[in-house]
Amino acid sequence: MTETTATEALSIAPPPATVAQAVVKPENNSIFRHARYVMSENPVTGMAFGLFALIAVLALIGPYIVPHDPLASDTAATLAPPSLHHWFGTDQLGRDIFSRVVVATRLDFVIAVSSVVLVFVMGGFAGIAAGFFGGWTDRLVSRLADTIMAFPLFVLAMGIVAALGNTVTNIVIATAIINFPLYVRVARAEANVRREAGFVQAARLAGNGDFRILLAHILPNIMPIMMVQISLTMGYAILNAAGLSFIGLGVKPPTPEWGIMVAEGAANIISGEWWIALFPGAALMIAVFTFNLLGDGLRDLVDPQRRT
Amino acid sequence: MSDVTDKVPLSHDGAALPLLDVRNLTVEFATRRGTVRAVKNIDITLAKGETLGIVGESGSGKSVTSYAVMRILDRAGSIAEGSVMFSNLDLRAASETDMRDLRGREMSMIFQSPRLALNPIRKIGHQIEDVLLQHAQADSGSVSDKAIEVLESVRIARPRERYHAYPFELSGGMCQRVVIALALACRPQLLIADEPTTGLDVTTQKAVMDLVVELTRERAMSTILITHDLGLAAAYCDRVVVMEKGNVIETANSSTIFKQPGHAYTRKLMRATPRPGISLRDLLPDEDAARAGPILNKTAAAGETPLLTVENLVKEYPRKGVATSIKKMFGTTPVPESDVFRAVDGISFQIGRGESVGLVGESGCGKSTTSMMLMRLIDKTSGTIMFDGEDIGAIPAKDFATLPQRKRIQMVFQDPTDSLNPRFTAARAIADPLLRLSKIGRGELRSKCEELATQVGLPLEFLDRFPHQLSGGQKARVGIARAIALKPDLIVLDEPTAALDVSVQAVVLNLLQDLKDSLGMSYLFVSHDLNVVRLLCDRVIVMKAGQIVEQGPTERVMDAPQADYTRDLLAAIPHPPI
Repeated sequence: MTETTATEALSIAPPPATVAQAVVKPENNSIFRHARYVMSENPVTGMAFGLFALIAVLALIGPYIVPHDPLASDTAATLAPPSLHHWFGTDQLGRDIFSRVVVATRLDFVIAVSSVVLVFVMGGFAGIAAGFFGGWTDRLVSRLADTIMAFPLFVLAMGIVAALGNTVTNIVIATAIINFPLYVRVARAEANVRREAGFVQAARLAGNGDFRILLAHILPNIMPIMMVQISLTMGYAILNAAGLSFIGLGVKPPTPEWGIMVAEGAANIISGEWWIALFPGAALMIAVFTFNLLGDGLRDLVDPQRRT
Repeated sequence: MSDVTDKVPLSHDGAALPLLDVRNLTVEFATRRGTVRAVKNIDITLAKGETLGIVGESGSGKSVTSYAVMRILDRAGSIAEGSVMFSNLDLRAASETDMRDLRGREMSMIFQSPRLALNPIRKIGHQIEDVLLQHAQADSGSVSDKAIEVLESVRIARPRERYHAYPFELSGGMCQRVVIALALACRPQLLIADEPTTGLDVTTQKAVMDLVVELTRERAMSTILITHDLGLAAAYCDRVVVMEKGNVIETANSSTIFKQPGHAYTRKLMRATPRPGISLRDLLPDEDAARAGPILNKTAAAGETPLLTVENLVKEYPRKGVATSIKKMFGTTPVPESDVFRAVDGISFQIGRGESVGLVGESGCGKSTTSMMLMRLIDKTSGTIMFDGEDIGAIPAKDFATLPQRKRIQMVFQDPTDSLNPRFTAARAIADPLLRLSKIGRGELRSKCEELATQVGLPLEFLDRFPHQLSGGQKARVGIARAIALKPDLIVLDEPTAALDVSVQAVVLNLLQDLKDSLGMSYLFVSHDLNVVRLLCDRVIVMKAGQIVEQGPTERVMDAPQADYTRDLLAAIPHPPI
């Protein structure tokens, strides 16, 4: 079997008659087979996808499965260390940290995903247009990106949230804006390389206008590399949202959110109650780690050339 | 010569040992679908001072064999069986340290793309010095003189100046000379040249091959020339090994292989090689030629108005230089005339209805620029392009894509891989022009695609594949199907077979001829391969440095060329000893 596939793969255009038997029809489940292959090839990717699935499930059903109400304080059990009743212990108001960590997943996940979607649409399209059209479009978009890059990014995010107000929407917008240059640069470089490619010329000959070429021909081709970018910024977005909350500019207490929880717990570390800051911090770390690892796997999944 | 033979080690029975002795070699690659045997139990011997050609089409394992000899297979590949003896040394058992010492000093390799083989940000002189120092052929005091000497030996003019040049400042042929200089700097005994002239112009090819042969004679080196071109191998080698699908099919002296090819595959390969004095059908195997029937060859009736008339077409590009930019920045005077480069310099020609015209010239002569202007992908500087009575040259290129005229002029690109969107299936690629420029319904689309695929001989199962799942010939067919989808009047063929194997080229050329006859299209066939042009074209235009040096009926231009340049081009084609 291997022998025949080998010769088939290596042979030059065989006469049509013999080809018919050798053809393996692409199956419908090939994407799943491919996903399985990508994961077996690289166990780390498999682990990342597993963790990602866990985070997504917790974000979805977390509030319904937690043992305690994340907002209910219990003055009888403040600052209790981890135990069978309170797995991650309780904080200074006696709230169950495990429940709060699980419930916070949804908020942090939503902030990360929506800011990444926003910046992908804005930065991605601006970048592709800049790379493809060049000239004034390019100058405008690139200088805008440079201007944003000129600020310390976290300080810029702080400024935006402080100016627009402490809401989840504004955190999303601020996170999207500071990631804008990264998307513009990647998309611009990739589109620029493909501007003169044969298939783009061929698309012109086929009567495609510029915008159709951008959307239907160039965009799908730069998706693999954009996927890596998405997963990297996803981790960064979560960290950024938590950072803003940590310094008091993000989500307001008592809403459970990893950043605030770390901030609240930080004061108690010196007095020995390490669990208040540790568990939300660990959750944050695992989430960022997962998103960063996801990149390579995602690229392999969306690249048809890997699907041989 | 005798002093060399004296040094040849002798085996116990007294016969001269071959320099390279490959026995029962099998190379395997571990892939996702299991192990692939790229080379299967082959035997190759190479005597001292001999030039051996390894000929085969893509996938025949000819390059893999040479990589195995040099032990530079990539991680997935390994030598599964057999032995490789270099003089008395077992290369299969040699350590990596020994191999590193041998490579470059005793055995060297020239790769296909000279530009990729050179480090783009180092001066060529320094790159040669690296090799010399690496193998202790010179000390730091004498190394620059030695490097210049090496450059001189590969006939690079003004070596002292060129020593300081970067690869991008040199032409393709010049770069290949530098690569040869690198390979030969340490006077190795074995040189492996892997498609050394693919991608070079014929005249450059001749110069490079003559140089390689001369140097190997001079230094009594052994050379392995790996090529897909049987004619080239037969013209420059003592012996030829023909490979197919990892097997050695035939080994013969190059003088006899053309007269009495032993194996059916060799015969097929020889048949498919374009050469003077034959017709397109002669390229195909007998049974296919019989099935294809005679060529109809409907040429334009006299007196009809030509389909395309080009007059005084000019394309200028601004020369980019510091002086120009500064002048522009301060906006003193308008950019003077000398600061523009004329890629196409006032050419005029006509293409009749149903006629195929060849546009020939070496790289940089402006033939691609001309075809891009006719295609309305770039704007002209001046001149007229009259297409069926309308000056399409006056329409800006960026507006042309959506006009109805777009349907009537299509193109087949040089690189079938590059010209297909990697994310589109074959069917989607063929359907693209139909969706944009015809009023075809979604329902009929699939059947139309299947009709086109049948027309170009692409099996229907391949329609749902992505380009990387298709072979070169299949991709070329997809490109052709896409070009004829709208039934255009004029197709520009930009070296459509340059990236294909000869047997596939033979089929594609016949297909193009048949399509032209059945659909009544006109072709502008842009090529550097005069033998191919001779087969397909009614008339030829020869270009040099943006100007037309000669044009006329194919027979007349090929058999009785008027211009010196045409004669040079014709003389540079390798002539196998038939």
